[in-house]
Amino acid sequence: MTQLVLEQALNGLQFGLMLFLLAAGLTLVFGIMDCINLAHGSLYMVGAYFVAAAAQAADSFWIGLGAGIAGAALLGLLLELSLFRQLYRRDHLSQVLATFALILIANESVRVIWGPAPLMLNPPESLAGPVEIAGFFYPAYRLVIIGVGLVVAALLYLLVAKSRVGMWVRAGAANREMTEALGINVRGLFTAVFVFGAALCALAGGLLGPLLAVQVGMGESVLILAFVVIIIGGIGSIRGALVGALIVGTVDTLGRALLPTLLRATLPADAAATLGPALASILIYLLMAAILFFKPQGLFPARA
Amino acid sequence: MSIRLTALAAALMLAGSVHAADPIKVGFVSTLSGPGAGLGVDIRDGFNLGMQHLGGKLGGLPAEVLIADDQQNPDIAKQATDRFLKRDKVDFMTGIVFSNIMLAVGPAVFQNQTFYISANAGPSQYAGAQCNPFFFNVAWQNDNLHEAVGKVVQDKGFKNVMIVTPNYPGGKDAVSGFKRFYKGKTEEMYTKLGQLDYAAELAQIRAAKPDALFFFLPGGMGINFVKQFVAAGLSRDTQLFAPGFSADEDVIKAVGEPMMGMFNSSHWAHDMDNAENKRFVADFQKAYGRLPSLYASQGYDAALMMDAAVRDVKGNVADKKALQKALEAKRFKSVRGEFKFNSNHYPVQNYYLRAIGKDAQGRVTNKTMGTIFTNHADAYVAQCKMK
Repeated sequence: MTQLVLEQALNGLQFGLMLFLLAAGLTLVFGIMDCINLAHGSLYMVGAYFVAAAAQAADSFWIGLGAGIAGAALLGLLLELSLFRQLYRRDHLSQVLATFALILIANESVRVIWGPAPLMLNPPESLAGPVEIAGFFYPAYRLVIIGVGLVVAALLYLLVAKSRVGMWVRAGAANREMTEALGINVRGLFTAVFVFGAALCALAGGLLGPLLAVQVGMGESVLILAFVVIIIGGIGSIRGALVGALIVGTVDTLGRALLPTLLRATLPADAAATLGPALASILIYLLMAAILFFKPQGLFPARA
Repeated sequence: MSIRLTALAAALMLAGSVHAADPIKVGFVSTLSGPGAGLGVDIRDGFNLGMQHLGGKLGGLPAEVLIADDQQNPDIAKQATDRFLKRDKVDFMTGIVFSNIMLAVGPAVFQNQTFYISANAGPSQYAGAQCNPFFFNVAWQNDNLHEAVGKVVQDKGFKNVMIVTPNYPGGKDAVSGFKRFYKGKTEEMYTKLGQLDYAAELAQIRAAKPDALFFFLPGGMGINFVKQFVAAGLSRDTQLFAPGFSADEDVIKAVGEPMMGMFNSSHWAHDMDNAENKRFVADFQKAYGRLPSLYASQGYDAALMMDAAVRDVKGNVADKKALQKALEAKRFKSVRGEFKFNSNHYPVQNYYLRAIGKDAQGRVTNKTMGTIFTNHADAYVAQCKMK
């Protein structure tokens, strides 16, 4: 039993850290620039396609990952300069419409370029098998993902909490006008944050590619979860995004794993079989509703 | 202007009177994108090869195949089907992969009195109480392949089996089919349809320590499941069993060597020894550069079935009663060998055991090991009162 809980905790951690990579960029763009970017999930999808295509061309997963992240960052830069600059001043409805259009454009472009069938991205040969930790086997690749996620989370924390740029970012999230008045180049800061968010998307997409599938529409389902994460964590807060992502990752994994077993012990088998999966999939939304009830601004609101 | 109109009217009248010049139209709605795309693409390619072998004709008449992608979404499938039924007035429909989509689309097709020749989805509903004169399944009833695996697992003496399947009608049919012939202990796990990450389920499997695992996860789901199952190190202690859907060329191509040693069931195999199958397998490889899967064989058979029926009624597809009789008579030679239709329009046929290994050319592929059932019907036929 302890083994099961430990393994599920690792799974939850892995899922949560990947959600964090997506939520970090989203929460900064939303929190600092007050811009709802529905196309964040599309950057994740396009990033994953870049990684898969580059990995196939270079015949190396790691080179592909690096090239893919660079490509997605470049795309993010172009998007920010051409489109998002025009959107910051507009209301949320225009932003939602424009970025929703981006989703459709991204999906169709990917379908045209890479075809409707999912691309196969394989993990490096040396990580394809299991490793033994504390008496049980766990996939080596998932451990690497956890490692990368932890390192990125730590770096982001240092960057946002300890560096000068991070201070500007936090100041921008808390009060944009005041930050501008103090002579900070907010426009350049916005571009940098957006590009950084795009790179994190590609990192998540590339790392998850071998576990899931690189396919059209992969961004939408994960985007909803990323929004849940930043709403739980508090919009604009990196710390909130990390905590929120870990909560959502763990609750989703444990819910899927333990709810059906629990229900089976208490309900007739038929009802448990229908109710279990249904309940597990709405669990995180129940959680979000509960948190919003007690903390309408999220757990760590940036504008306290 | 008036001359042109008259000419047009004359042309239209002419077209109306020469009935035989109308092409036979087939509406093909299938899953051609997303994780289930491999299945739909194989059915389509098999169907197209069938049309090619028939010289682009059905029953000797020119034929037109209209193709649409349902994106594994019942709503999109319904829209595409409505378009084919109302605007294009198709004579046959086929192609749907997933049973939940079939059940969503079925009522509109039957209401329109159009024949649906299912090349895959075989829901229990349409085999039993809701059976319909306009529905035929040229492949199998959903339960059948699972029943065959259940029989094998029972005969091999496994006692503690875990079942993993998506939570949708096809998944429910899989579990009831498997348990109809396997009588030992089971634990069932239902996943979301289209789920790609199985970490939570794999941890449960590790904790439950079953001696065999039966999974039914078609398309990309199965590919990811097997990869993650092997990466988690579970293949050392647990023997994998699956219906042919989760162990055919589409999955083998993506997963490779880790699949070796896996048992599965099918009504067809690419190494079956009959002239029709040899031609089908050879030409499929020539046309598409890969081995066909059972889905491709089903698509191929669907084309042959339409052809034979249209020929039987001499092209008069408007006579629905005669066309139904012709379809029931099954006058084509299937690549799986002999079979016939039961009173509920589902096949009565043999099911075979296959194991994945290396063939003479060193490819990882399926090899037929023996027969599990002979002339096997589905369990729902008694509930069907066919009109």
